[in-house]
Formats: sequence, structure tokens, C-alpha cells
Amino acid sequence: MLEGILIGLTTALSLTNILMVIGGCLIGTFIGMLPGLGPMSIIAIMIPVAISIGDPSTALILLAGVYYGAIFGGSTSSILLNAPGVAGTVATSFDGYPMARAGKAGKALTIAAIASFAGGTIGAILLMIFAPMLSNVALLFHSAEYFALMVVGLSAIAAFAGTGQVGKAILMTVLGLMMATVGEGALYNLPRFTFGLLDLQSGFSFITLAMAMFALPEALFLVMNPARSDPAGASGKITDLRITRAEARAIAPVIGRQSLQGFFIGVLPGAGATIASFLGYAVERNIAPKHEQAEFGHGSVKGLAAPEAANNAACTGSFVPLLTLGIPGSGTTAILLGALIALNVSPGPRLMIDSPEIFWAVIISMYIGNLVLLILNLPLIPYIAKILAIPRTFLIPFILFFTLMGAYIGQNNATELLILVGMGVAATVLRFADYPLAPLLIGFILGRMLEDNFARSMQLYDGISFVIERPMTMGLLVIALLLMVLPSLRARIAKARARGIADGD
Amino acid sequence: MTKISLGRRALIIAATATLGWSTPLLAGGHQVLDSIHFLIPGGAGGGWDGTARGTGEALTSAGLVGSASYENMSGGGGGKAIGFLIENADSQHGTLMVNSTPIVIRSLTGVFPHNFRDLTLVSGTIGDYAAMVVSKDSPINSMADLIAAYDADPKSTAIGGGSVPGGMDHLVAAMVMEAAGKDALNVKYIPYDAGGKAMAALLSGEISALSTGFSEAVDLANAGEVKIIGVTSDERVDAYGDAMTMKEQGIDVNFVNWRGFFAAPGLPAEDLAAYQAAISAMYDTPEWEVVRARNGWVNIHNSGDDFRSFLEQQEKVIGDLMKKLGFL
Repeated sequence: MLEGILIGLTTALSLTNILMVIGGCLIGTFIGMLPGLGPMSIIAIMIPVAISIGDPSTALILLAGVYYGAIFGGSTSSILLNAPGVAGTVATSFDGYPMARAGKAGKALTIAAIASFAGGTIGAILLMIFAPMLSNVALLFHSAEYFALMVVGLSAIAAFAGTGQVGKAILMTVLGLMMATVGEGALYNLPRFTFGLLDLQSGFSFITLAMAMFALPEALFLVMNPARSDPAGASGKITDLRITRAEARAIAPVIGRQSLQGFFIGVLPGAGATIASFLGYAVERNIAPKHEQAEFGHGSVKGLAAPEAANNAACTGSFVPLLTLGIPGSGTTAILLGALIALNVSPGPRLMIDSPEIFWAVIISMYIGNLVLLILNLPLIPYIAKILAIPRTFLIPFILFFTLMGAYIGQNNATELLILVGMGVAATVLRFADYPLAPLLIGFILGRMLEDNFARSMQLYDGISFVIERPMTMGLLVIALLLMVLPSLRARIAKARARGIADGD
Repeated sequence: MTKISLGRRALIIAATATLGWSTPLLAGGHQVLDSIHFLIPGGAGGGWDGTARGTGEALTSAGLVGSASYENMSGGGGGKAIGFLIENADSQHGTLMVNSTPIVIRSLTGVFPHNFRDLTLVSGTIGDYAAMVVSKDSPINSMADLIAAYDADPKSTAIGGGSVPGGMDHLVAAMVMEAAGKDALNVKYIPYDAGGKAMAALLSGEISALSTGFSEAVDLANAGEVKIIGVTSDERVDAYGDAMTMKEQGIDVNFVNWRGFFAAPGLPAEDLAAYQAAISAMYDTPEWEVVRARNGWVNIHNSGDDFRSFLEQQEKVIGDLMKKLGFL
């Protein structure tokens, strides 16, 4: 292994390759900030460039830089504009955006950068050590377990079921799940609930819904509620990107835990960064002390660090099935697989033996990609954060422009704009009525996978006996139940204790 | 969720503006076209994607075409891209859409309102046989083993595929089982929404066998992950000579999933001729041979009117089969 690392290092550290990784990170960060372009699209753009380079290691190093840059760029638009461009950064906006509104945009971006860096780096170390061993873990999960895992992911909505909001949060989740059923599923060759419209045949697009639920209502809110639009942070304070010692202490264990958990979720083909970020958020909220729990969703540093560390670690984890089995576990790795094959590299168990220099160059380039990203971005953060200091009259059209553009370039379809505006108005009404919108989006994102995996398991087991027959499914469902019940149980116990004799403990 | 579809112009502009690099042009005196934009009606990593990118790679590296760009537009079972091409016909003269057997199947089932007659038929270029594969650790080593396992316990011998029920992977599985004398309606077919997920399910033991494209199976067979137990070709295929054909094993099935290219309706005749000339010239280049051999494709070149009669014939064969199986 040591020899491999050395081969990788010498390959990755040549001048061309370092320039490639820097260029890739910059391109990725800037294009990634546009809501409509996630890592997958950006990598797809860069593939022809990478292939024309010819040398597989250099090409992969460029793509790795683009990949990490794009993930970080995506977090930026989530935090600053409440416009998550990819499903994996939805959870980032839960606490990142409230922080930015409170004038702590610089700090939020710094935490995101550090959590991403740590998640990516820890992920790369785990990948290096465990990749060969983990290839089998990736195959432990059947459709039944994926179904259960999606249920665990849904428990993240508990975080939005604040006092008196439980009913509303459940209502919105169900609405999201219903919206996920629109269109042609993987399991039926007939479109459902499309009203005969070809535009709905493949369902609602994630990006349209995300913009409609988060970014558009936010912009409309700013127009209709001017009092909100002058955050304390619109002053020079915004450049304050220092993290206090207490905050660093608070997020360090979160980052550690979520890097590990995120990595292992990422290893499963078909789970990926989105589930990792929701789960990370849910788990951290549930294990946080009571007074910190209330902060989640209102600008908690832990609530920001958790999904950022988790989704980066998961992205790295998704390289395990790609490199060791040749199975792309996510859309992004599917594109990378295409690039690898175009470069005459076939990933699989023999990659490590046949072309160790490529295997190790990829892993080393992940470290370098992460490091370069951190070095490049930390000095840039004050300038990026200044976006929020733009006067409202310019900022709102800016947000609207990016929101509409994001929905359009994703699909090349003008109908998306109508759907976006219609849903955005509906979402604004819901916000005024104090309905949480995040559960709707979570339900929508997880709904399709939940249904597909559930239906497949039903088909395989001729009924729902898989819940009993597969202990791991049962185990995951129990965890989901605990995650949903524990918080209220804890609250009740605390209340009971407070009411009882004050023998204290 | 694995949708990617990119605004072509926006991206090309973004990519070139950010990079300031131009795609290197290979000096070739025989360049036929400046550029081709490939429209791929499905996600990255699938069969359509591989065909478009492979063809683009061969055309550009052989110097027949200056540059190639690619756009994935999934949705509606490919109907979205077809609709897009028809709707924007006037502005899409530079676009070639890749498609294959499913355009025939899906217009038969009415998944989308259009069929191949609504497009300009450029050329059928390649075919890919279908294959039945099992995991490397599976006790099944041949079609006879698979059928024996099916006879012993049809319920736990699930066959997976990367298409919806009634889609191509399912039709092939049904065709094979029918030819082996079984009732295809009793075969438990489990659909997955992406080839990668179906392959993971096969390796994890969730399904007993996988109906998939031969070229997709070859990559994994070469990596030692799966065994190919039957190919729907008449003769063994050079790309993976160890794989037995269905016919060798007494199952009389021949199936080729053709792939080819379509252009927007109303394409000017000289543009059509240029595309067809570039594709015809491609077959003689060593660059094409590299791509073709790597993917295990079979050259089946049908240009223009030949392509039309080929499609009409296939429409009839598949239509009859689907009626027999109860899908129509």
C-alpha cells in the first residue's frame, strides 16, 4: 500500500497535475454556484476536455478537482441564497441560510468549507484503507434495506416538527411523498397522475421543486416583508469569518461522527450523499443536548457542519463501489465511470492490480483536491459572502434570475418555469401559514426511492414478509422509529422529572 | 434523480468561456462536418450514452468531424428528447439523436405519442446483442441451470433488468423463457431504474439472473464479476468468445438491439447527406474499430431507406411478440 501511495503521490504532484487540480477546483466552484448545475452536470461538461488530455491520471485529477469544487460551490448557493442546486445540499440550507440571514454568512461558509474538507479528507483516508474490504459491504444491502434506509432518512423531518408543528410537518411530508409519485416510475410502464401532459411524464424535477420551495418564497418574502430584508449582517460584519473556540469544540465531534457515518452510507450504491446528509442532520439533532436541539433549523453550527461533512464523505464513499466493483452508485459516479471507460480504464477488482498508478492517483488527488479547495476558498469567502450585502433592490432580481435559470437550464423546458412559478406562489402561501417546507422536499426526494425499493421488495417476497425475514431491514426500521419517538419521549421524561420531587440529578 | 440534461449553448459557452481552451482539432484533410451535437435521451452511463459518446469519439479522432458535444435529456422513456427534437426542429439541424429498439417498443405501447416516422432517419449504426448474466459466485453456469432453478422454484428465481416491465430487458427475458418452453407470464421480472443498480442487485444476490445488453455485460465479465450464460446472437461474439449463444443451448432466440441516429424532421437534404457520409466513412477508420471492439458492438449499417424498412420490420416482429405476451 505504501508503495501505491508513493506512486500516487509522484503522479499527483507533478506541475501539470497540480495546475489541473487548481483549475478544476476553480471551475467547479464557480459553475457549481449556479443552482441549475450540480457536480454531475459540471463533470459532464468537463469530460470532453479531460478525455482530450489523454493521460488517464491527469484527466481524473482534473475531474476530481471539478467534483470537489462543484460540491463546495453548491453549498454556497444553499447558504447564501437558500437555493440548493443538488439534493445533497438541501440539508445544508436548513441551518446555513438562517446563519447567513443572521449576518453570519462568512462564518457559515467557513464552517461549510472546513466540514467539507474534513469530510472529504477523512473519506479519502477511509477509502484508502478500507476500499478493498468494503466492496462486500456495498453488496449487503438489498432493496428491502434500501427501503428501510429511506424510512430512516424520513425521520429527519422530526427536526422540523417543532412544538405544535408535528401535524403540519407530517402533512407536508405526505404531500412531498405524493408529489414523488407523479410521472413514470421505474416499476410501471405507465405514467401516473400526469393528466396526459408529456411534460409531467418524468415527474417533477428536483431542481424546480427545490427552487420553488426554498429560493422563490424567500425572494417573495423579502419583497413582501421588508422588515426581514435588512439583516444585521448587511453591514461590514459579514466578513467576520472567525469561528469561536466554543464553536470549534462543538462542531469537531459532529464532523468526526458524520464523516464516518456519511462515508459508510456513501459506500452503498443507491444511497449516496443525499441520504447521508439528511441522516447526518437527523442523528446530530437527536443526540444534541436539549437546548441545542431548539437551535436546529435556526442557524445551528452543528446543523450546518453535520450535512456538509456527511455529504462530502459520502461522495468519497461512493468511489468504493465504483473503483472496486465497477458499479456506479450515484449519478456522478456513473458519469465518471463513462469517463474512465472512455480513457480505456475499466474499474473493477482488477483496477488496483492492473493499473495501481491510476487507483492511487485518484485517491491522492482527492486529498489534494480537498486541500486546494480549502486553501483557495478560505481567502475568497469574504468576497463571496458580500453577495448578501448587495442592496435588496439588486439582490432580489438576482435571486429570481438564478432561480428561474436554474430550473430552465436543467431541463431545456419552458414548462418548468410555469411549474416553478406556480409552486413558488403556493409555497409562499404555505410559508405565511407557517407550514414548514423542508419536509415536503425531503418527502419528495426520498419518495421515489422509497416506493421503488418497497415495491421491488414486495415483488421479491410476495408481500411484506421481508420486514420479518430480513433482520437488517427490521433493525433499520427500529432505528427509524427510535429517531422519531425518542425526542418526544425525552421531552416527556424531562417534564415528568421536573414535575416530580426535586431530588435532582 | 440521475437526470442530467444540459442546456447545450449555455454549457458550451460556459465551458469555453471558463476554460478558454478549444477542443483540439486533428488535422485531417477529409473532415466532413464541423461539429455534431449528440442528443442522448437517457442518463449518463447507459447504452445510449455509450453509443453517442463512442460514435462521437470515433468521428472526431478520425478527423471526420471537428468536434462533438453531448447532451443528456432523460425523461418520458426517451419521449422527452424526441418531443424536444420535433418541437425545436428548426434550431436543431446540428443535432443527432441516438436511439434504439425502445423507440419502437415505446411507440407501440403509447408511452410517447411520436414514432420513428416523425423524425428524419439518418442511419442505423450498430447492434448490441442481449445477454443473460449471473453473478460469479452463482451455482448457475448455463441456461439449462437457470431453467432448472426456475422449474424448481419459480418464485425465488427472479430475473432483473434495467427497464420497466414490458421494456426491452423484460421482453428479452420473456422471449428466452418462451423459447425454452416456459410461460413467460410466470417469470418473476424485477425492474431497476438504472443498469448500475440492477448490477449491484445481481451481485448482492437479490436477483438470480440479469437480462442486459451484451456490451454492458462484457465489461463486468472481463472484470470477473459476472458470468454470461447466454447471448442472443447466432454465432459467438468475438468480444467475449467464452459466452455461449442461446441457440447453442437449444433456445431458438435471436435478438439485436440496434442503435442508430435520428435528426430533426425537415432536415435539409444536404445536411442529411453530410451526416450519412460522415457515418459511412467512419466504418473504415481504425478509430472506429477501436471503439467498436472495446464495446463489443456489431456493425449493422442501415442508411436512409434501408433503415426505414428495417425499422418497419422490427416494429412488426416486436408488436406480434408483445401481443402474444399480453402487453398490447
